[in-house]
Amino acid sequence: MSNVLFDEPGPRARRRIRIATIAGAVVVLGLVALAVRQFADNGQLTADRWQPYATWPMWRYLLGGLWSTLLAAVVSAALSMAAGLALALGRLSRRSWVRMPSAAYVETVRTIPVLVLVYVVLFALPRYGLDLPLFWKLVVPLTVSNASLFAEVFRAGILSIERGQSEAGLAVGLTHGQTMRLIVLPQAARRVLPSIVSQSVGLLKDTSLGFVVSYAELLYSGKVLANYNGLLIQTYIVVALVYLVVNASLSKLARTLEARQPRRRTARV
Amino acid sequence: MSALLDHLPEFWQGLIVTLQLTAASFAGAAVMGLVIAAMRVSPVPVLRGIGTAYVETLQNLPLLVLLVLAVFGLPEIGLQAGLQVTATVVIALYEGAYIAEALRSGVNAVSSGQGEAARALGLNFTQSLRHVVLPQALRTVIQPIGNIFIALTMNTSLAAAVGVVELTAAANRVNLLEAQPIPIFVGAGVAYAVIAACAGFVTGRLERRLAVVR
Repeated sequence: MSNVLFDEPGPRARRRIRIATIAGAVVVLGLVALAVRQFADNGQLTADRWQPYATWPMWRYLLGGLWSTLLAAVVSAALSMAAGLALALGRLSRRSWVRMPSAAYVETVRTIPVLVLVYVVLFALPRYGLDLPLFWKLVVPLTVSNASLFAEVFRAGILSIERGQSEAGLAVGLTHGQTMRLIVLPQAARRVLPSIVSQSVGLLKDTSLGFVVSYAELLYSGKVLANYNGLLIQTYIVVALVYLVVNASLSKLARTLEARQPRRRTARV
Repeated sequence: MSALLDHLPEFWQGLIVTLQLTAASFAGAAVMGLVIAAMRVSPVPVLRGIGTAYVETLQNLPLLVLLVLAVFGLPEIGLQAGLQVTATVVIALYEGAYIAEALRSGVNAVSSGQGEAARALGLNFTQSLRHVVLPQALRTVIQPIGNIFIALTMNTSLAAAVGVVELTAAANRVNLLEAQPIPIFVGAGVAYAVIAACAGFVTGRLERRLAVVR
């Protein structure tokens, strides 16, 4: 093994690697031992505090929360991808009255925290007579903010298609719209697929804002559960593990898709 | 508009807390990211494994879940600190994973011929890192780190959800008093946009100044 930082290790380097291995393992085991001791000292390791999480009703409730999380994520992803595609095409348009507003939207929304948008939907809109159902109070702000992120992903994808492709399309007599639809977009779609999946992980993480909206997704369900049974740390750890499993699988999928992308023959200009 | 001006002290206080959260957690995230990135590019398999596990875990958990776990969960096992301190530490740990990934991709972007050349000239590990690899790696990561800084600023607003009174929470409180959402939330949004714009300006300047013309 060799890379930019080091060559194949010699005898001295191998000894240092052994020492570092032992040191690293000791530090990790020490941290784990410390954590276990903290849990044990405060009586959080007793079986009856973890037992409930081996029962089906508990999991049925949490999986119900996960279902709501996924529902909010899927709906919001679909809406923000559609809006993102429109914004990306708008930003690449030749007409400045389309290009400028799209660019302004993307650049502005990128710098506003999602939580501010959530508060606007929660507390500002009802004052103007727009009181959305709970589900949409979560989905609308997520869509508004993620649309700008998807727009940038799509724009990068479209720009990454070699110029020759659209030039060829125009040369055989297709209009600009046809070139985009028949030649550029199908190729760009394949190229951005991994980024879309990893962006969706971010969106799924954002649905945890249901905690603020009190929409019963996974984290809010966890909160309700913890208030009911008083098992705070256990509940939140279980909730975190569920998020971890779902998101890690999605991230893995993104990496697999990335690895399956065909190698670019020509470097980007 | 008057709602905004009447409550300027609250807003100012909130902005200060947001800036404190941003600065302190970015410093922490930079240190954490440096350590984790160093582990991930080291020749020691165990350290690489620990680094990978850290990044994978923290990048796949929502920040709000970590904040809730730390603020409501940790007191149960006898670990309790001030609200703002807890939020700072959690945000630092979370963003540290992203900085680690940015740094690692920067190091990997340096072609291995550069390191080989440095070693062939007789530079030892530290020298080749300091004079050859890092100067090139850091240049390529300025833009990504700037973006992480902006994301971190946006993410500090999540501390409001667990009770830290920073800019977003201050805006929300003022709105509950005054019920004039438009000027209040626009004001908060503008403040975040200004912070982000400053960060963008600084990274742009840095990148241009440090650019290598080949």
